[in-house]
Amino acid sequence: MVHESLAATHAVVTLDVPLPEIFWGWFVTMNMWAKSIGTGLVFMLFLLLRKNPSEMNGLRTPAMIVSFIMMNVFLLFTLADLHQPFRMWHIFFYPHWTSAITVGAWMATVFVGLEFIMIAAMVRKDKCLFTKNPVSFFDKTLFWLTLLAIPVTLYTAGIMAEATARELWQMPTESVQMILAATLSGSAAIILLGGSKLSKETEQFFGSVLGLSALMAFIIYMSEYVFGGMKSEDAQAILAFVKGHGEYTTMFWIGQWVAYILPMTLVALSRKSQNSSILKLAAVLAIAGLWVVKHVWLVIPQLLSLS
Amino acid sequence: MQLGFLVDLHLCMGCKGCEIACKVENEVPLSTWRLRVKYVDVGVFPETKRTFTPLRCNHCANAPCERICPVSALHYIENGIVNIDSERCIGCAGCVMACPYGAIYIDPETQTADKCTYCAHRIASSMMPACVVACPVEANIFGDLDDPTSNISKYIQDHRDVQVRKPEKGTDPHHFYVGASQEHLNPLASQRIEGFNLFDNITHLPLGGHE
Repeated sequence: MVHESLAATHAVVTLDVPLPEIFWGWFVTMNMWAKSIGTGLVFMLFLLLRKNPSEMNGLRTPAMIVSFIMMNVFLLFTLADLHQPFRMWHIFFYPHWTSAITVGAWMATVFVGLEFIMIAAMVRKDKCLFTKNPVSFFDKTLFWLTLLAIPVTLYTAGIMAEATARELWQMPTESVQMILAATLSGSAAIILLGGSKLSKETEQFFGSVLGLSALMAFIIYMSEYVFGGMKSEDAQAILAFVKGHGEYTTMFWIGQWVAYILPMTLVALSRKSQNSSILKLAAVLAIAGLWVVKHVWLVIPQLLSLS
Repeated sequence: MQLGFLVDLHLCMGCKGCEIACKVENEVPLSTWRLRVKYVDVGVFPETKRTFTPLRCNHCANAPCERICPVSALHYIENGIVNIDSERCIGCAGCVMACPYGAIYIDPETQTADKCTYCAHRIASSMMPACVVACPVEANIFGDLDDPTSNISKYIQDHRDVQVRKPEKGTDPHHFYVGASQEHLNPLASQRIEGFNLFDNITHLPLGGHE
């Protein structure tokens, strides 16, 4: 490890003006967080359709509208984060297909378009121009939307993998974390949206999805935390920002507790007591905590000087 | 043709002539640099020395910036240079996040990505890059890596201590250093201590970032 030679060399940078530290800040965090909820809700609707279609009544339109809104929040923050937002159309007219950004922009656009069509069908009902049976159309289209939701969820992990400079973001891990973020926030959102429309059994089912997603995501973060630095000195230097008296240590642990540890505990308690209020509290915490977790993981690799 | 750069750090004396020539030639705005010279002080008084490392785009054969650019604003030209089309750039900063060398910045005036292009416009007119011309000790060696008779190829053949920055990233950089130590090339081999910088109050022009 080269930094261990520092004691011998006392090497100190006396002149260098590297790039300003954080380029992808909270706008990108908003992007990832909103997209997780947007696609996660679609995953959960599909699960509900397979598990208990009768409970879909009254949930199709509101859940899809919330997903649509979150996807538009995601697109809005993506656009706002560009330094030249009025050139966004270049992605569609000069696409570069090796870039996960391009592939993601196209897929997300199709995804949002499909959601809009499904919502229009449900809202227009009998007056709908393209189907006589909106519910059947919705349920059939939901399958394709769910298939598309998988790469839409994953493509941000592709961008992080292509960000070669940021050693902490490794592809298999980040793709799993993206899916888990979607199942965590999607299950939390459907628990909150479902209210009395969901049976106790279904509510507990989504509680289990929430609890297991939190558990698996927490395990991965802890694995990175403990073992991440053992194979790469860059990763070790980055993880130092969330260890000891690191700049983001407090925020990191707040995120882990609020997004994962507390929701896991509350889900277990609600299963024991059959109390749906506890489950709803777990859902709110998971959604809020996810933002913090994503933000810390986004920012810390950018604190490491590249020169 | 594959153009490349080599800096002989035995010769570099940190005069920053290359940095200024680059700024003037390419009209690089305040608070940003296409090429900059890093100083690292090594040792304890009185046994100290100062190292100098010119840092610029490495024009990698496997360039992460080119791969991640969603609109091909960063692209290869036939002589191997990774060029940039600022009219096409949407300012997503993907390239800034991807470049392991921190060589790409957002131009505060145009709000688009920018970086060293090996002075592609000068090369098109059969001139050397501005930094090569300005160097008083000819520490910058520039030429065609595919031509075994070029100065840069001969230099690489004649020297055993030719290195690149961060070879583990697999970017296949076309920018070489002769006579480099870890303090020159590895950012983790030196500390950044507040108050030790020769210029502490550097004003960064606003970029429209969202920290």
